[in-house]
Amino acid sequence: MSTYDARFRIWRGDADGGELTDYTVEVHDGEVVLDVVHRLQATQTPDLAVRWNCKAGKCGSCSAEINGRPRLLCMTRMSVFARDEVITVTPMRAFPVVRDLVTDVSFNYAKALEIPAFVPPAELGPGEYRMRQEDVERSQEFRKCIECFLCQDTCHVVRDHEENKEAFAGPRFLMRIAELDMHPLDAAEAAGTDRRRTAQEEHGLGYCNITKCCTEVCPESIRITDNALIPLKERVVDRKYDPLVWLGNTIRRRKT
Amino acid sequence: MTHVEREQWDVVVVGAGGAGLRAAIEARRAGARTAVICKSLFGKAHTVMAEGGIAASMANVHPQDDWKTHFRDTMRGGKFLNQWRMAELHAQEAPERVWELETWGALFDRTPDGRISQRNFGGHEYPRLAHVGDRTGLELLRTLQQKTVGLQQEDHRETGDHEGRLKVFQEFTVTRVLKDADGKVAGVFCYERETGRFLVLEAPAVVLATGGIGKSFKVTSNSWEYTGDGHALALLAGAPLVNMEFVQFHPTGMVWPPSVKGILVTESVRGDGGVLRNSDGRRFMFDYVPDVFKDKYAETEEEGDRWYEDPDHNRRPPELLPRDEVARAINSEVKAGRGSPHGGVFLDVSTRMPADAIRRRLPSMYHQFKELADVDITAEAMEVGPTCHYVMGGVAVDSETAATVGVPGLFAAGEVAGGMHGSNRLGGNSLSDLLVFGRRAGLHAARYAMSGAGGGAVTARVEAADVEAAAAEALAPFAGPDGHAPENPYTLHQELQQTMNDLVGIIRREGEMAEALDRIAALRARARRISVEGHRQFNPGWHLALDLRNMLLVGECVARAALERTESRGGHTREDYPGMDRAWRPVNLLCRTSDGGGIALERTLTKPIRSDLLALFEREELAKYLAEEELGSEEPGSEELGS
Repeated sequence: MSTYDARFRIWRGDADGGELTDYTVEVHDGEVVLDVVHRLQATQTPDLAVRWNCKAGKCGSCSAEINGRPRLLCMTRMSVFARDEVITVTPMRAFPVVRDLVTDVSFNYAKALEIPAFVPPAELGPGEYRMRQEDVERSQEFRKCIECFLCQDTCHVVRDHEENKEAFAGPRFLMRIAELDMHPLDAAEAAGTDRRRTAQEEHGLGYCNITKCCTEVCPESIRITDNALIPLKERVVDRKYDPLVWLGNTIRRRKT
Repeated sequence: MTHVEREQWDVVVVGAGGAGLRAAIEARRAGARTAVICKSLFGKAHTVMAEGGIAASMANVHPQDDWKTHFRDTMRGGKFLNQWRMAELHAQEAPERVWELETWGALFDRTPDGRISQRNFGGHEYPRLAHVGDRTGLELLRTLQQKTVGLQQEDHRETGDHEGRLKVFQEFTVTRVLKDADGKVAGVFCYERETGRFLVLEAPAVVLATGGIGKSFKVTSNSWEYTGDGHALALLAGAPLVNMEFVQFHPTGMVWPPSVKGILVTESVRGDGGVLRNSDGRRFMFDYVPDVFKDKYAETEEEGDRWYEDPDHNRRPPELLPRDEVARAINSEVKAGRGSPHGGVFLDVSTRMPADAIRRRLPSMYHQFKELADVDITAEAMEVGPTCHYVMGGVAVDSETAATVGVPGLFAAGEVAGGMHGSNRLGGNSLSDLLVFGRRAGLHAARYAMSGAGGGAVTARVEAADVEAAAAEALAPFAGPDGHAPENPYTLHQELQQTMNDLVGIIRREGEMAEALDRIAALRARARRISVEGHRQFNPGWHLALDLRNMLLVGECVARAALERTESRGGHTREDYPGMDRAWRPVNLLCRTSDGGGIALERTLTKPIRSDLLALFEREELAKYLAEEELGSEEPGSEELGS
C-alpha cells in the first residue's frame, strides 16, 4: 500500500465569515475525500464540521464543492487528483453556511412542503394496484434521487440569484412534480390538482432554460433535464396552447 | 442554573428511519400531537442503505406463500430463540404494511401481471421480497418521508400550521429519557447539533426508534448514527435489553480498498444467482450446510442452478443459507488460506447473468464497485467478507404494544427493539419489522399518551433536577480533564471499535471476551477525562464524546452476554462451545445497569411456544431445537404438517 501527503485547502468559518485554511494530511490507497476529512478531524482539527452518514453514496449527506465542482465527498476518490495538486473543499455555495462545510439546506425542505403529495386513486384499495413495469420505470428513475441537493446547488437560477429562490422550486422538486405527474395511478387531477399548471405557475418551471447543469452533477446519474424537466415543459406547453392536445392526453392517460 | 427551553407534545419519537417515521405517522393518525427527533437531516436515516427488499408473504410470485411459511422461515432463521408472538404478528401483518406503502406513492418493481414483484433471499422458502432494484430502503424511507409531508400538508389546510400536529426536529440528539417522580416517562432531553442549544420535549410517551450499534465495531456496514443511542437511553431509564450477544455479521461486505471495507454488498446478488468461490475456484458453501438445514438445500451445483428456474422440483443453493451460516463459512475459508488477495472470498455474478441484466437488477452494486473499487462486476468477481451489520438484541418489548419493560410510557421499535429475530435475522425481515412494529409502537404510544383522566393526556412532570443533571452531563466534555491528561474522543472510539472487532467479533472465545470487558472498563474510565476543543456549534468532536457513552454501554452488554452464553447459535459463535445447546433455547439474557455503573445480567425463561404455532412444524425438526419437555407429550398427529 502506498501513502503520501496531500495538500488541502478547506473553508473554515460560520455565518459571520471565514477563510480557506491549509492542511497537509496523509492519504492511503483507495481513499475518498471524506476519508481525508475524517483523518483531519481525528488528528488535527477535531471540530471541523461536515455532514455525512452512509459513506457509500446512498444518503446524499456529504455534499460540498471540491475545486469548485459540486460533489459528494464520499464518492470522490483521491486518485482522480494529481498527488501534488492542492485540493480545495468549500461548502455548497447556493445555501447559507452554518459552519465549515455544513450549510443550511432548509430551502429544500420548505420547497418539499409545497409540492402536493401523491393522491391515491379512490376506487382502488391496498393490494389492488396494478401497474406495468414499463409504466413505473419513468417515475422510478426520479425516485433514485438521494436528495443530496447538488442539483439545487449548481442550478444557476438560484446559485447566483438569491431573489429567485422564492419562486423557483429547483430541479429536485420540479423532478418530483414530473415523477408524480408520470405516476400511472396518481389521482391528483381527479382531486382538483393540476400538477403541470402548478409546475409552471407556482414552482417556477419557466425559469429553467435547460442548460443541464443539474444532470451533470447528479451522483445518481438521473437524466433530470432530458427525462423530467423537458417532458414536463412539453406537457405544460400542450396544455397551455392546445386544448385539443390536452383533452386527447387526458383521455389517453385514463387509468385502466 | 442552565436555561433550557421546553415544548409540550403527546408522543415523542426518537429516530426518523423507517420505524420512527412509521410510528410517527400512526401516532399522528391516532390523534396524538407527535414530534420526531433525528440526528441527521430528515430523509438520511440508515434505512436508505437497505438494499434487497421487504419480506412479506403477498404470494404474488409463488402462490403457495402465506404467513405461516414466513413465520416458519423466521423462526428457523432465528434458531427458535425468537419472541414467537412477534414473529407471528410480523408474518401476518407484513403484506398489509407493504400494500399500504403503495397507497402512499411507493413504486415497487412489478410482476408481468402488474403486481408487486418479489425476489428470492436467504432463508426464505419462496420469492418473498418486495423490492425496487437494489435500493428498496431508499424507496421505503422516501415514501414514509413523503407521507409525513403529506400529513403536514393536510394539517396546514385545516389549521394553517404545517407542524402543529407532526413536527420533525432534524439534527437534534437525545441524551436522556426523563421520568417523573413516579417513574413514568415525562419527556426527553436533547441538544440541537447546529447550535448546541438544549431543548426539553415534554411528553408522556416516547418511542425509541434509533436503529443499531454497528459503530462500536471497526468493520461495519452501518453509518455514524448507529451508536446504540436508543439501547443506552433505555438502559439508563431503567428498561432492560435482551439478547445482546446476537450480532449479525453480514457475509458480504466490501473488503478492498481499505477505506470502503465493510460497505454492504446486497444479498440480492446471491438471490439473483451470484455464487461464492474460494481461491481454488470451488463453490465452498456446499461444504457448510449444517444438519438442521440438510434436507432443504441442494447437494450439487447442478441442482442448485436448476432451482432458479424450477424451485418446486429442486432445492435452493447453499449460498442462500441464513446469513450467520454464510458468514462463518467465509470466515473459515479465509482462515484456511483459501481466501482472495485482500482477505475475502469471491462473489461472482459476471458468469451467471448477462451484463445488461446485472446493471438492471443490481444498479447500485454496479455503481458502487465501479466508483469505489474500479471493479466491473459484469466482467469480474467481487471480493467480499463479513461485516458487522445488525444487532438482533435490543430493548425488551411487549410483542403486541412495543412497550418496554418497567418504564411506563417508553416504547421501542425497529432494530433498537429485541426479540423478533431471535438469534439471527433473515434478510428482508428488517424492513418488514420496522413497518409492522413501527406502526404498533406509534399506535400504542398514542393510546397510552391519551389515556389520562377523562380521556385527556397522561400527566407527567419533568423534574427540574433531572434537566440540570442532563445539561451538566452534556457539557462535561468541555470542562477538561481535571488535572489528568486529556483524552481524545476519536482515539477512544477507534480503540473501542478495535476491541469489539478483535475480541467480541464473529468467532468468540472466553478469554478474549473477558479481556474485552477489562478494556471497556478502562475505556469508560478514560472517557470521563475526554476534553473537546471549540464550542457547541456543530462540533463533531463533542457529538462523538457524547455518543461514546452509549457505545461503551452497548459494547459491555454485548461482551457480557456473549461471555455468559456457553453455546453457539445464530449471531453468537463460541469457538469453545461450538454446538447449539437445546437447554439454552428458552433462555433470555437481560442486561440492566448496575449500581456500580456497569452492566448486570439476569437470566429469564421465554414463554412456551403456543401449540398451534408448534404444530406448523414437523416434530422431527422441532426436536433439533427444543428440549424434550418443551415438545410436550402430545403427538402433533400423523397427518402431514408444515412444509
